[in-house]
Amino acid sequence: MTKGWASGLKTAAIVAAFMIAGTAPAQEAPAPATAPAVAAPTAPPAPADVATAPAAAPMDSALVGYERMAPTPGVGMPVPKGIAVQEQFTPIGQEAKFLLEKILNPLIAIISVFVLVLMGYVVVRYRSAAVETPSTNTHNFTIEVIWTLVPALILLAVAFPSFRLLANQYDPPKADVTIKVTGYQWYWGYEYPDYGGISYDSVMLSKADAEKNGEPYQLAVDNRIVVPAGKTVKVLVTAADVLHSFAVPSFWVKMDAVPGRINETWFKVDRPGVYYGQCSELCGTKHGFMPIAVEVLSEEDFKRWVRLKQQQDGIEPTGPGIAIAAPAAPAAAPVSTAALAAPAAAPAA
Amino acid sequence: MATTADTHALKAHEDHAPGDAHHDAHDHPGFFARWFLSTNHKDIGTLYLIFAIFAGIVGGALSGFMRWELANPGMQVLPWFTDGNIDAAYHLWNVFITGHGLIMVFFMVMPALIGGFGNWFVPIMIGAPDMAFPRMNNVSYWLTTVAFILLGASMFVPGPAGFDGAGTGWTVYPPLSTSGHPGPAVDLAIFSLHLAGAASILGAINFITTIFNMRAPGMTLHKMPLFVWSVLVTAFLLLLSLPVLAGAITMLLTDRNFGTTFFDPAGGGDPVLYQHLFWFFGHPEVYIMILPAFGIVSQIISTFSRKPVFGYLGMAYAMVAIGFVGFIVWAHHMFTVGMSVNTKMYFTAATMIIAVPTGIKIFSWIATMWGGKMTFQTPMLWALGFIFMFTVGGVTGIVLSNGGVDTYMHDTYYVVAHFHYVLSLGAVFGLFAGFYYWFSKMSGREYNEFLGKLHFWVFFIGVNVLFFPMHFLGQDGMPRRIPDYPEAYAYWNQIASWGYAIMLAGMAVFFVNIIWSLVAGRKAAANPWGEGATTLEWTLSSPPPFHQFETVPDLRNVKTAH
Repeated sequence: MTKGWASGLKTAAIVAAFMIAGTAPAQEAPAPATAPAVAAPTAPPAPADVATAPAAAPMDSALVGYERMAPTPGVGMPVPKGIAVQEQFTPIGQEAKFLLEKILNPLIAIISVFVLVLMGYVVVRYRSAAVETPSTNTHNFTIEVIWTLVPALILLAVAFPSFRLLANQYDPPKADVTIKVTGYQWYWGYEYPDYGGISYDSVMLSKADAEKNGEPYQLAVDNRIVVPAGKTVKVLVTAADVLHSFAVPSFWVKMDAVPGRINETWFKVDRPGVYYGQCSELCGTKHGFMPIAVEVLSEEDFKRWVRLKQQQDGIEPTGPGIAIAAPAAPAAAPVSTAALAAPAAAPAA
Repeated sequence: MATTADTHALKAHEDHAPGDAHHDAHDHPGFFARWFLSTNHKDIGTLYLIFAIFAGIVGGALSGFMRWELANPGMQVLPWFTDGNIDAAYHLWNVFITGHGLIMVFFMVMPALIGGFGNWFVPIMIGAPDMAFPRMNNVSYWLTTVAFILLGASMFVPGPAGFDGAGTGWTVYPPLSTSGHPGPAVDLAIFSLHLAGAASILGAINFITTIFNMRAPGMTLHKMPLFVWSVLVTAFLLLLSLPVLAGAITMLLTDRNFGTTFFDPAGGGDPVLYQHLFWFFGHPEVYIMILPAFGIVSQIISTFSRKPVFGYLGMAYAMVAIGFVGFIVWAHHMFTVGMSVNTKMYFTAATMIIAVPTGIKIFSWIATMWGGKMTFQTPMLWALGFIFMFTVGGVTGIVLSNGGVDTYMHDTYYVVAHFHYVLSLGAVFGLFAGFYYWFSKMSGREYNEFLGKLHFWVFFIGVNVLFFPMHFLGQDGMPRRIPDYPEAYAYWNQIASWGYAIMLAGMAVFFVNIIWSLVAGRKAAANPWGEGATTLEWTLSSPPPFHQFETVPDLRNVKTAH
């Protein structure tokens, strides 16, 4: 959608319709083949003011059989009075944090202190009272070569771990789960193409709701992204109206959401838990109020969540590890549309 | 300095022909003709400085409301302006960040450093009577004022549906600045940038022509004071980068109004194209803001160490190198936009390289002081503060240049801390250094030394309390450009806001000092700084005659200082 929120409620309603149907807006990648088949009216109709307050989707807590995980204070979120980067839970995050805290920060602290000490020495030693006549020396070839070459060599030394980090960031393991993230003014849309196109919106919780849940206000959302622990999650990021940026600091992940482009990033988190982030590209009035929350579940819990979500959305059991090995799936799953969805489900993996 | 001018020999040149009726009429225009139709580089420089101070007050006030709002979680301050409408207050926040950024960059730092000090002292330092194109100089100035008025007007006309003003950030990224802002506010902001850009291009042409063609005999390029070098490099950066900005925002304008789709994917365009164009201008722009400050600091360090600049050629060509490399690093502003790994590695490496010429400058300043006979009047304090604060801002730049590390830091307060250290504690320290250094030369009055030093120390403490905690906030993950924040960020935000209050007290001292000095300051001597001040402006009276160097000074016999 190129008009954005400003063009009025009609556009907003169309956007909402697309989202509910699990179909990508026109300019984006093709939607999963199953999407139209499962366009069941599971979500209540969006209210007219959906663009500014699309709080229509039910909260995860409404998903029967699924418990919202409680966040651990200080983990996956900013720390009060914190001065350091957040604790890291991905291999990339740990490597980058090491580079920052063990190489770059000491280096820049040493450089700053070195300059300060030199200045302090000069100011004391060469103050007017301590000097008879000023020197007229304006050249020293050796020292000039040294202060050109030494910084260059230091930078060269820093360049190696920096390039290794970059290379590793761009060399993900084979993806186990793919999630499509779409930025809207001002909420996020998430979609699981591997799992029959489960899709939903994620809106910031009000202060009252966040506090009721024991979650930090302005980070807590109604529907979190749910991912399996220990698996490589591929994230495809795009935007429907203006630029946004998908960021989860404790994963060392930040990727701009650009209309007309699909950017890819990834993370792999071993520790189950809740991790928060915020939109990180100015996107208009409520830029500060479209946070991101990722819930990492054990693989079994993740599969159960997928099944529950599929059930809620009327999607056939489908996706890696779901359709075949899902003995735990409730027998009462609605199978009336099985014949319709089955052909499309198999090649999804 | 390079032009260790023989003061006695030059004295003769400052007296302009007395009793010449034609010259008298020309020399003393009436108030309106003098200040509104000026072709005199010193008067235009003064106008630029007054303008920059005014714009600085406006831009500083905007940031004051921002810091006040951020002092505590929740929305307390901005809703006052919007009758309690919270959404309007959120938008007003975006208008404020946009206004603050554009005003400080285009209407405070650039007019003061280039328009103000550049106009005042480049012609004098090279022994020229005026700029090469005096009328064009005047056009530059008045275009800048009109640009400022347009930007101010944009805050009061509709932007996004229902709200007034452009809330796009100073970068004006589409689609937020196109489909996201259907009202005319962004059009006015674009016109403002067009005019400010045109003014700067005219100014740049003027400086380049002046410096290349109007140097006094014997004032070779390699004898020019470093401030002149810095303005020369800056002028080239302006000339080469601003047309790209003009093109980008013109495309934005046609996207907005005439149905083109340069930046709209629905018509085959790409929003990222705009970012490349903007930052191809935007990165040289940050050097445009800092290079003249480098030049000023070089003059001051040399003057108060009573010693010529160490490694003059290295200093001059380090600026040329910084200017050149400044053109090939722009995409480090866009590391999270979705680039290939090779592109990211290139921009990481290229950006890191800037640290080398910057290091040359820092070490050369220290070496200039080494072996000198230093005194610590107010300009020297600001220059010393500049060197250290710019170092701190520079080293965080090394962290940010790292494409992989920047994934975390991008668009957080760490970036805000970084660029305020190099601008608010770098360029602005250079500005104040120059202001105190040349105040007596420009006004003919001495400033109050005690108030000047008090201003420095209060301001120095204030800006450090204000900006240093932003490193912590950024490392803790706080995004930029948000009017309200999660509770965890409250502590350092409050301290930063107190820092603003301290800084504001320092500015109060500054204004008291200016007013007191202009009204009651002692009459200034031609050279208040003694033997260290060797550039040509100190051979003239304070203030200099309306037209200086009516007989061009001859520097052919002046030996270079290095």
